[in-house]
Amino acid sequence: MTERASAHTPRLPQPRGPVSAAVIEALHRPCPGAALAATAAARDDPFGEDGPLGEDPQLSLYVCYELHYRGFRGVDPGWEWDPELLRLRGVLERSFHQELLRGVAGGDDLEGELSTLLVEPKTPGGVSHFLATEGNWPQMREYFTHRSLYQLKEADPQAWVIPRLTGQAKASLVAVEYDEFGGGRGERVHAELFADLMAAAGLDAGYGHYLDNAPATTLAPVNLMSYLGLHRGRRGALVGHFAAAEISNPPNSKRMVHALERLGAAEACRHFYLEHVDADAVHEQVMRHEVLGGLLAAEPQLKQDAVFGIQATELLERRFADHLLRAWLSGGTSLRVPLSG
Amino acid sequence: MRPGHCGRDSPRRIRLVKNGPMLVEGPVEVELEDGTVVTSDRFVVAICRCHRSGRYPWCDTSHRRRSG
Repeated sequence: MTERASAHTPRLPQPRGPVSAAVIEALHRPCPGAALAATAAARDDPFGEDGPLGEDPQLSLYVCYELHYRGFRGVDPGWEWDPELLRLRGVLERSFHQELLRGVAGGDDLEGELSTLLVEPKTPGGVSHFLATEGNWPQMREYFTHRSLYQLKEADPQAWVIPRLTGQAKASLVAVEYDEFGGGRGERVHAELFADLMAAAGLDAGYGHYLDNAPATTLAPVNLMSYLGLHRGRRGALVGHFAAAEISNPPNSKRMVHALERLGAAEACRHFYLEHVDADAVHEQVMRHEVLGGLLAAEPQLKQDAVFGIQATELLERRFADHLLRAWLSGGTSLRVPLSG
Repeated sequence: MRPGHCGRDSPRRIRLVKNGPMLVEGPVEVELEDGTVVTSDRFVVAICRCHRSGRYPWCDTSHRRRSG
């Protein structure tokens, strides 16, 4: 049996600045390595002029987090728990968190946040609107390429929260995750459906294959999930984030189906989004009422965190969409490194 | 609704969501008006009540309000 592309271990990416260079250079060596945190954390301005959402810090975070998922080809698995690397990750995370706090409205109006998400805007805006009405096939392939960084590990970051939940919130979140992971059928795992989509679109379905192509605006939403998932203290935000994502998915996926039909895409491409219309219409209900409702009934003090998770997700998704649309409307590529061929 | 709570000693609970779908524990078979039977083996199935769904009888969130 040949190994599926989705089971590949990715290669380490190219660095994008001094911090990612130090991290990637360290990972080439056996663990433990030299005191790398000192290199980056001691700098006055570790993130350059682009701040915590820039290319260098976002790639560094992405690489640190990936050690907890599949790791990188030839990299010592011991790095996952290397104290120096974790210290550096902590510096990056704190500035990432501060930057997100600066960008969101905050508060604890959970119902207000959810109802805003539940109203379909009449004026078209986002990427799926663009692709459904005027986008072309190369832009569609770029979209797949960006999304592959998350979609090939779809629902993995959210699984970290399971041991931090109890009772109904736990039972219902696991039921949603079971559905995400194919309901017991390997070929139906959503990440596998996305790998089928990639292959049908003539793209490499290898896990993490397009990391070098993905700009920081693409990595930031994935880093947010990993950050919220890996920290028990962020469980409220993780659940808020997950609910927000499931609420936004069905209308976006419907528009993606229209876009793919308009462009004459292969059935595997349509199938991925059709599945997300049906599944997420269910997941959104379960996430809102059972998981978010259940968690806040048990831990009402987490309401503000849940709101933060929703707002941070919306903030980073908006930045991602703005970046793609700006690039496409000016006739350019939205990728950091264009697709070859 | 208790997703995953599949014991059949108790009646199957169906939840009606205000201005939304009907949630039923899966798997389900639905016989449509024209006699066709469709099935879903999801743990919970959302059945359209507004008849606006493009995926009828499954909910596709078309019931949602639109901003003016």
